[in-house]
Amino acid sequence: MDTGSSMAKTKTALSILGPAASDKWDMIIGPQRRVFDLRLRELWHSRDLIGLFVRRDFVSVYKQTILGPLWYLIQPLLTTIVFTVVFGNIAKLPTDGLPSFLFYMAGTVIFTYFASCLTKTSETFVTNSNLFGKVYFPRLSVPVSILISNLIAFAIQFALFLVFMGYFAIKGTLLHPNWWVLLTPVLLLMMAGLGLGFGIIVSSMTTKYRDLRFLVQFGVTLLQYVTPIIYPLSSMSPKYQALMRLNPLTSIVEAFRYAYLGSGSVNFLQLAYSFGVMVIAIIAGVLLFNQVEATFMDTV
Amino acid sequence: MSNTVISVENLSKAYRLGQISSGTLSDDIKVWWAKARGKPNPLLKIGQEDHGNREGEYLWALRDINFSVDEGGVLGIIGRNGAGKSTLLKILSRVTAPTSGYIKVKGRIASLLEVGTGFHPELTGRENVYLNGAILGMKRSEIDRKFDEILDFSEVEQFIDTPVKRYSSGMYVRLAFAVAAHLEPEILVVDEVLAVGDAEFQRKSLGKMGDVAQQGRTVLFVSHNMSSILRLTQEAIVMEHGRLAMRAASPAAVDYYLSAGNAQAGERVWEDEEIPASAQPFRPVALRLLDRKGKVVETVRSVEPFSIEMEYRLTAPLTGLRIGLYLNSARGDQVLTTFDTDDGERFEEYTSRPAGHYISRCEFPKDLLNDGRYIIGVNASSYRVRRYFMDEQALAFNVDPSGAPGMQWSEPRPGALRPRLEWKIENQ
Repeated sequence: MDTGSSMAKTKTALSILGPAASDKWDMIIGPQRRVFDLRLRELWHSRDLIGLFVRRDFVSVYKQTILGPLWYLIQPLLTTIVFTVVFGNIAKLPTDGLPSFLFYMAGTVIFTYFASCLTKTSETFVTNSNLFGKVYFPRLSVPVSILISNLIAFAIQFALFLVFMGYFAIKGTLLHPNWWVLLTPVLLLMMAGLGLGFGIIVSSMTTKYRDLRFLVQFGVTLLQYVTPIIYPLSSMSPKYQALMRLNPLTSIVEAFRYAYLGSGSVNFLQLAYSFGVMVIAIIAGVLLFNQVEATFMDTV
Repeated sequence: MSNTVISVENLSKAYRLGQISSGTLSDDIKVWWAKARGKPNPLLKIGQEDHGNREGEYLWALRDINFSVDEGGVLGIIGRNGAGKSTLLKILSRVTAPTSGYIKVKGRIASLLEVGTGFHPELTGRENVYLNGAILGMKRSEIDRKFDEILDFSEVEQFIDTPVKRYSSGMYVRLAFAVAAHLEPEILVVDEVLAVGDAEFQRKSLGKMGDVAQQGRTVLFVSHNMSSILRLTQEAIVMEHGRLAMRAASPAAVDYYLSAGNAQAGERVWEDEEIPASAQPFRPVALRLLDRKGKVVETVRSVEPFSIEMEYRLTAPLTGLRIGLYLNSARGDQVLTTFDTDDGERFEEYTSRPAGHYISRCEFPKDLLNDGRYIIGVNASSYRVRRYFMDEQALAFNVDPSGAPGMQWSEPRPGALRPRLEWKIENQ
């Protein structure tokens, strides 16, 4: 970005010849893109590519592993077991009267989707610098493909969660899934949107400041503790609850758990707040991404 | 009817030297904030006292480049390393944006800066064909349609469902090139990608490139290989220090390129910054063409002996070093290759060379070369160990044919050699 801006003088001198001068051209490569020129149509045209990226990510990750795609199940299962033992049995944190296993699993499954979207998209430029340096294709196709491949992983984990729900229900635990489950796609969309938004903000900034990568790893772990995953929001004092509600993930996790397990809360105002944060993050992220994309090869 | 499909207008690209960004996030935020409020040149604001010349902190990889290409034209781009060719290609490929100026393009443009971009080792050949094709901008249906053709061209049918990490490097490159070769953009930008694979495959690839040009598509072709430039392009531009030095018919451009950059005609001197770090401990000093009196010349006579000498330094002792000279015609045909330790005795004597200053001089006999222009390439290597230094186009020179056999006829005589051969005519 530095290079571009400090040459501003030269640029303005030439802007007479700028994009407006001629419209018979199919494409004009210029120094700076207009801020809102997001080229979403181009992204749509590269949907084949997005599909292939998803396939590549999915196939390649677990090739040459013994358990293969089973890892998608083992990861949330182990996390849930560890939480159950540590926070449920040892620390004895309250879980709103639900079996702690299901309680933790619900939170983990949906939070993991956000966390993996965030960490993977935040590495977009750094991990793909080799590819980006050789050929042009709409760069946003990479983060978008990440959202989709993580959605597949989420679907597998979510199915596992449903299996356990069934198991607990048969054993006689009282669960209260309700009509709010219809909200699931919206909740997922918000998680994906938040992951994408913050992820591409970070990835745009990591082209210059590599330290942000460490911040992301660390930040996600911390975020897990300030999101009501291992404890219900209701267990906090009102003062802390108000603070917790600033976290846009809080209402989503709470709503998800309420929909499937019947504990927690659905707060529309809160959800609207989260949605607003998501929209702002995505807009900021895409604009930043769009600017960085043009010259990041010079700085990465 | 000429129809301009690429128009490059006042294109410049600057890279900041030294560290990127002002160093800390907070400084950058200040700069950004100043910029956002429309303050002029915010970088100056946080700079230290005053260096005066901000210009010095930038490297102009490209400066005010202007040219255009007509539909169906095949334009070669030549220049030494660092002349700005790659930067130009990167901007054309939209990998990076210019600092100022514009490139206007009509039609779909595809660039090949590398073959096999995005190949994933774990995926099979088939999967990689689709992935790579999509990355290069092909639609799925397009790849479906051409799949058999690609497979045929690549010669790896048998292994198409094997992960490419099990491929030999030759197979890998063939498959990768096969995908690239079947792109069908209106405009194709090609870097040195043809310099891959074995000789036979290279020939096939060059043929394919030739076909592309024949089909009336526009091609921009960058190469260090003057013979492929001459073979594939009718016109070329020469880049020098980020500027466009000339645009001319390919033979003239190649000629200009080959003779430009020499401090003195008949001599090529290497400056320290031109020598890649990987050449250590070999430091080339100069390559000279000498006439029979030992004078540096640009033109030698066919009927007189001449010599070529390579001056170099070794900063550390080297075992097995050999200095090679390649003589090629300006058309790119190889004439001969010779090494300073070709002679068995010389080879025994110089198994290793201590650090120091050397000259390896090769004497060429009279009545050897035909009229024309020649290029000397130089190479310093240890056989099967390492190549320290290589410059394929170090020096160009002319051969003047006056007095050579057959000069009584003014017709041009093909071939690189013009020896004085013994003819006997028997009348029976």
